[in-house]
Amino acid sequence: MKRVAQIAALSAAAALALAACGDAPEEATGSATSTTAAADFTGCMVSDAGGFDDGSFNESSYAGLERAVEELGIKKAEAESTDAGQYNGNLDSMMQNDCDLIITVGFNLADATAAAAEGNPDQKFALIDSTVDPARENVKPILFNTHEAAYLAGYLAAGITETGTVATYGGFPIPSVTIFMDGFVDGVAKYNEDHGTDVKALGWNKETQDGEFTDTFDDKGQGVISTNNFIAAGADVILPVAGPVGEGSLSAASQNDGVKVIWVDADGYDMYPEYQDIIPTSVLKGMEQAVFDVLYASTGTAFNSDAYVGTLANEGIGLAEVRDESVPEDLLEEIDTLKQQIVDGELVVESPSSISVD
Amino acid sequence: MTDRQPGTSTAPGTTKGSEPRDPSGTAEPNRGRTLLRDIAESTGAVVTLAVLAALALAAVLIAAANPEVQRTASYVFARPSDFLTAVWEAVWSAYSSLFRGAVFDPQASTTERMFRPLTETLTASVPLIFAGLGLGIGFRSGLFNIGAQGQVVLGAVVSAYVGFAFQLPALLHVTLAVLGGLMAGALWAGIAGALKARFGANEVIVTIMLNSIAVLLMSYLLSTTAFKRPGSNNPISPMLDESAMFVPLLGDSFRLHAGWLLALAAAVGTWWLMERSTWGFKFRAVGANADAARTAGTSVRAVYVWVMLVAGGLAGLGGVSQVLGTEGVLQEGVAGSIGFDAITVALLGRSRPLGTVLAATLFGALRAGSPLMQTVSGTPIDIVLVVQAVIVLLIAAPPLVRSMFRLPAPGSGSRLAKEVAA
Repeated sequence: MKRVAQIAALSAAAALALAACGDAPEEATGSATSTTAAADFTGCMVSDAGGFDDGSFNESSYAGLERAVEELGIKKAEAESTDAGQYNGNLDSMMQNDCDLIITVGFNLADATAAAAEGNPDQKFALIDSTVDPARENVKPILFNTHEAAYLAGYLAAGITETGTVATYGGFPIPSVTIFMDGFVDGVAKYNEDHGTDVKALGWNKETQDGEFTDTFDDKGQGVISTNNFIAAGADVILPVAGPVGEGSLSAASQNDGVKVIWVDADGYDMYPEYQDIIPTSVLKGMEQAVFDVLYASTGTAFNSDAYVGTLANEGIGLAEVRDESVPEDLLEEIDTLKQQIVDGELVVESPSSISVD
Repeated sequence: MTDRQPGTSTAPGTTKGSEPRDPSGTAEPNRGRTLLRDIAESTGAVVTLAVLAALALAAVLIAAANPEVQRTASYVFARPSDFLTAVWEAVWSAYSSLFRGAVFDPQASTTERMFRPLTETLTASVPLIFAGLGLGIGFRSGLFNIGAQGQVVLGAVVSAYVGFAFQLPALLHVTLAVLGGLMAGALWAGIAGALKARFGANEVIVTIMLNSIAVLLMSYLLSTTAFKRPGSNNPISPMLDESAMFVPLLGDSFRLHAGWLLALAAAVGTWWLMERSTWGFKFRAVGANADAARTAGTSVRAVYVWVMLVAGGLAGLGGVSQVLGTEGVLQEGVAGSIGFDAITVALLGRSRPLGTVLAATLFGALRAGSPLMQTVSGTPIDIVLVVQAVIVLLIAAPPLVRSMFRLPAPGSGSRLAKEVAA
C-alpha cells in the first residue's frame, strides 16, 4: 500500500513538473482595464432549476450575459438554481452583491422576482418569458412573440410536405413551449386555407391545448421515440420544441428518407453541420440578443420597465434563412408576404400562451 | 470491510424476500441491514472526520477549478508563491463566503442581515429534519425506504391544495394543511409498507417507483385547472392563503418559521417513540433481527406497515414545511431533492433524532451558504453536491475513515442485537 502511494506521488510530481516548468510572467505594469461607465456595472443572472448548461433557454440567456461581459466590459455574477426551493435564496444573495441589474430566467422565477422587487424598490430586475403581476416599476419583462415565427414555420412545413402530414411535440406542456406549437398548427391551417389542401398537423391540438410531450428536456431517446411514432403515422416534417431532446428527432429523421426537422431557438443549420440537409429552417428565439440589448440599455440610463418584446418586426424572433434548395421560390415569397402582413398588423397570430403587455 | 467484527459478518445464506424463513432464529441479517447497522454504529468521531475529509477534498476541487490557480500552475516551479497564493485565495474565498452565507455575515449592511444567514440555515434544515427523521425510523427498523422524495412531493401537493383552495380561519387552516400533508405522505409510504407486508414486495424498488409516480402526478395536477393559477397557463399553483402559512418566528425580515419548532418537536417525539414506547421497541427489534422478533411474538408485518406510515408522515411534513414555510406556492421542483438529501442526513445522523437534527442543520448550512459562495467567489454550486456525496461515501465505509485517520476499530455488535437475542 505504501509502495503504491509512493509510486503514485512520484508520477504525480513528474507529471506536474513536466506541465509546470513554464516561466513566470513579468509583473503587470499598469492596468489595461476599460474605464468606461460599463466597467462599474454588474449584470447578474439567476437560472431556473435547469441550470446554465441546460442546452436551452438558460444557456442562451447566459450567453447574452457573457457577451455583454466581453463586449461591454461589465462585471457579472451568477447564481445557478438546482431546484425551485433556491429561487428566493439565490435572489437574496444577489441583492447582497451590488448588482445593477438582476436577470431572472424563466417564468418559474416570476413569483420570487415579484417578491424581491417589492421588497427592494431600488433594485432593477429583468424577467425572461414572464411578466409580474401587478407590473412593477423596477421589473422589465423580456418576452417573445414566438408564435409569429412558428406560424411561418408551420406554413413552410405544410408547403414542403410530400405526405400531407406534419407533426410537432414539446418537452413539457408549459407556455414557453406550447407557444411554438400554437403558431405551428395555425401556420399549417393557414396554408390549407390559402391552397385548399388538407395537410394534417399531428402532436398538438390548439383548441384543447393538448398534445405530445416527452416530459423531458434531456433524454434524447424520447425524441427518437416520438419522432419515429410520427414518421410511422405518415409525418415527414417534424418540429421538436424540447431543447436538446430535438437531437433525437434529427437522428431519427436522418434514417428515414425525405423526413425533415425544423429546429427551434437557435439556427440548427449552424449547430448541426452533419444534419444540414434535413433542416430546412429554424424558428429563432433571440434570447442572447435580448439579454445583451437589455444589459446594454441598462449600462446607460435607459432602463425602464416597459416590456422588451421580441417580434418579427424587431427581429427578436424570426425564421432562419432557408438554405434548403428544394423549398420552392414561390413558397418563400408567400412566407415573406405573410411575414410583412404580421409586421404590419394586418394578420394577427394568436396564442393563449403569448403574454400581452398592455 | 476486512475488519468487520465476527458478530456482524455477512453469511452466504442471505435471506431473500421480505420475510426471512430461516427457522433457526439466528439467521444472519441480510447485507443491506448489516450496512445500515454498520453506519448507525459509526462513532461521532468517524462522522466528524468524514465531514472534514469531504471539505478538504472539496477544497482541492475548488482550487483545481479556479482559473487563477490553473494559470499560475503553469509556472509553479518558477514562482511557487503565486500558485500557493492563488490556491489559498480560491479556497479561502469559497469557504469564507460559504460561512458568510450560512452562519454569520460580518460584511452585511445591517445587524439583521448579519444574523440572517444562521436563520436561513435553520430554515433550510426544516424539511431535511422531518424527512431525515422518517428515514431514520425506517433504517433502524430494517426498511431501506428510498421513497422519501415521493412522500415529500405528496405532502407538498396536498398541503398546498388545502392552502389555496379553502378559506378558513388562521389556526384551523394551517392545522388542516399540515394534517393533510402528513396523511398524504403516510398513505403514499403506506402503499409500499402494505405491499411488503402482504406480498413481500421489495421496499427499495417499490418506493423508488412511487417516487417517479409522485413527481409525474404533481406535473399532471399542475396542468389541471384545479391547480393552475387563474388567468395563467403556467404550471404554477395560486399563492397560498396567508392563513395557511407557518408564522415567521423572528418577524418579517427573516424566513425562519414555526415549522422549525414543529421539526424539533417531531425529533423529540421520534426519540420517545423509538426509545421509550413499546412500538419503538418492536420497530428496533424487527430491524435488529426479524426472526427473533417474530419468535418473541411481534407481528413483523404490522411493524412494516406502521414503520412506513410513520416514516411517510414525517417525510410528508418535509414537503409541508417547504410549501407552508418558505415557498407559499406549488410548482414543479418545489420538493427539490429533499427526499434524497434526507437519506444522507439520516445516515450521517446515524438514524438517531439528535444526530439527524445536527446533520440536517449541517446540510441546511451548505444549502443556505451555497448561493453566496457561488455569487461572491464564483465557485460552482456543484461543489456542495460533491461535499455531500463524499460525506456519504466516507460514512458508508467506516473502516476507510478509520484507516485514513488511524482510528481504532469500534467494539463488537450492537447493544440491541444482544438485547433481542437475550
